[in-house]
Amino acid sequence: MSTVLEVRNLQVSFKTHGGEVQAVRGVSFDLKEGETIAIVGESGCGKSVTSQTIMRLLPSPPSVIKGGEILFDGKDLTKVSEKEMEKIRGTQIAMIFQDPMTSLNPTMTVGSQIMEGIIKHQKMNKADAKKKAIEMLRLVGIPSPEKRFNQYPHQFSGGMRQRAMIAIALACAPKVLIADEPTTALDVTIQAQIIDLMKDLQKKIKTSIILITHDLGVVADIAERVVVMYAGKVVESGKLEEIFYNPKHPYTWGLLASMPRLDQTSDQELLPIPGTPPDLFKPPKGCPFAARCKHAMKICLEEMPDTTEVSSTHQVACWLTHPMAPKVEPPAAAVGGE
Amino acid sequence: MDLLKYTLKRFAYMAVTLWLIITVTFFLMHMLPGSPLRNEEKLPPQLKEQILREYGLKDPLHVQYFRYLGGLLKGDLGTSLTFDGRKVTDMVLEGFPASAQLGLQAILFGSIIGIILGVIAGLKRGSWIDNMATVIAILGVSVPGFVVAAVLSYVVGLKLGWFPVALWGTWEHTVLPTLALSGLVIAQISRYIRTEMVEVMEQDYIKTAKAKGLASNAIIFKHALRNALIPAVTILGPMTVNIMTGSMTVELIFAIPGMGKLFVETITNNDYTMILGVTIFYSAFLLLAIFIVDILYGLIDPRIRITQGGKE
Ligand SMILES: Nc1ncnc2c1ncn2[C@@H]1O[C@H](COP(=O)(O)OP(=O)(O)OP(=O)(O)O)[C@@H](O)[C@H]1O
Ligand code: SF4
Ligand SMILES: [Mg+2]
Repeated sequence: MSTVLEVRNLQVSFKTHGGEVQAVRGVSFDLKEGETIAIVGESGCGKSVTSQTIMRLLPSPPSVIKGGEILFDGKDLTKVSEKEMEKIRGTQIAMIFQDPMTSLNPTMTVGSQIMEGIIKHQKMNKADAKKKAIEMLRLVGIPSPEKRFNQYPHQFSGGMRQRAMIAIALACAPKVLIADEPTTALDVTIQAQIIDLMKDLQKKIKTSIILITHDLGVVADIAERVVVMYAGKVVESGKLEEIFYNPKHPYTWGLLASMPRLDQTSDQELLPIPGTPPDLFKPPKGCPFAARCKHAMKICLEEMPDTTEVSSTHQVACWLTHPMAPKVEPPAAAVGGE
Repeated sequence: MDLLKYTLKRFAYMAVTLWLIITVTFFLMHMLPGSPLRNEEKLPPQLKEQILREYGLKDPLHVQYFRYLGGLLKGDLGTSLTFDGRKVTDMVLEGFPASAQLGLQAILFGSIIGIILGVIAGLKRGSWIDNMATVIAILGVSVPGFVVAAVLSYVVGLKLGWFPVALWGTWEHTVLPTLALSGLVIAQISRYIRTEMVEVMEQDYIKTAKAKGLASNAIIFKHALRNALIPAVTILGPMTVNIMTGSMTVELIFAIPGMGKLFVETITNNDYTMILGVTIFYSAFLLLAIFIVDILYGLIDPRIRITQGGKE
């Protein structure tokens, strides 16, 4: 499988009155053809900033790309012009957002919002674009698409709107689809439908997906690989099984214990991670998780651990992997077993 | 279809409101103490009787009311008691065109400039255009139209001599009064648009539009502006009222034969049928303005016309 997208040591900051918020501080991961990766992590760890930087959606100022590369289709997206970026957005890389209630323009029909991208990128005339848009509505499972085409977003339910958003995103068959918490705002039953739809369409359109979510059930359902972020950094990444059954980073342990998961019996308690993430105005020089980590050592406070390989597909950034560190076993709540 | 239903509904509201206004004004005018005739103490009783009968003022009130309504349906606003029995309709129609032209020009010109200014100010916050727009907005709201009118007629009209200082007739005559009247419109519209533009540009659907690969012009004009216009449209109705009343002083300064002159005469003469007729005409006109604004509103915001145009 070839790599479609590669993010290397990406750093993004926001220049604010109070100083520089270092939201993303050296994030690296790659995405293979047809694959789905999940980015997980607590609120504020930089998931949205990372994904929106890939599409260069963040206004600058206040955002600044401080360093790193986003390699896509032979280009570095941190360097391309806005004009070039317009040709990539929607056609090569598309995105859906968390809140389908606010992501569609209330004053335009759903149909015309789907047509827009088609007309712009595929140089179709209106009649053909309309056909294509109706076909997309049908593809995302919206009943009587001809009628729905002329309706406005407020005439759609939340789930239907998210389907329409998916239709917009996939209309030009992008190579990469970024879904930033696409199900968070929806009812549980609708969530599963949207995830199934994404899985189904991924096969049809052969797109790669970056899924950002808080829901480990969703991760288990759809992702092949998982990237765990903390305070603007990737602390662990690996195949789904590696992260779920052989997690190495104490933060991943905490995350797994704090989030509901499929293989969990209902009486098992969810344990939130005590403490709060560090201040991104002044991130600590050592491991960002040190203040909350039960296993923190002296070195953790002084130096950021390097990323080490657990296997060729599994990386972790924690001093516990150092040969001289004490052996620590993950807590039972994290690895699912007793 | 939705739009048609919505329009009909709005029209019905307008008609009912107008009828209510007519009825209330009519009976209020008749409840006022005193006789409608001027200088009545000096009139010989027979003459007074004759005049009252001639104008139908001796008939029972409900007969007068229905006769008046019948006249209104034919476009007859009644007969003046002071201007030798001239028709109120004719007098209104004499002054109305100039006032309407002036008001319309001021609103159109003011809206266009206000929108342009507001959009740029909202997109480029803190730029010199934004600062200029703020100054214009403060001046436009706080300096009365007649001061602007006086300054304009003195500087541009007298000193520079670019445009006529007074009177009515050619296109050039309308320039200065239009400018004087549009100050308030520019100020209000640009403020509204600026605030909305700032807010709209931060909405998720703007991000969606950008994520589709649309160019920033398309995003601003197709997605942002339309949403930013919605609240501005709602103030167009009250603004029409402002313009029409504001135009009175401006008309007097520029000696324009408009409604302003008529109003002053009506009120100083205490002409009972004139007051009634002019009030009704004015109300009808304002209701029409509000009706048009409502339709515009429905055109711009589908949520309005669909939820208020009958069942979904
Ligand atoms: N416009 C901005 N100005 C200043 N700081 C910002 C801005 N946008 C994001 N940040 C900061 O960047 C950090 C990362 O934010 P981001 O939105 O990527 O978090 P997230 O991981 O997506 O969280 P969530 O799960 O809540 O969506 C946060 O600390 C946030 O405060
Ligand atoms: S590096 Fe140290 S503080 Fe950081 S997670 Fe590992 S053990 Fe804990
Ligand atoms: Mg987010």
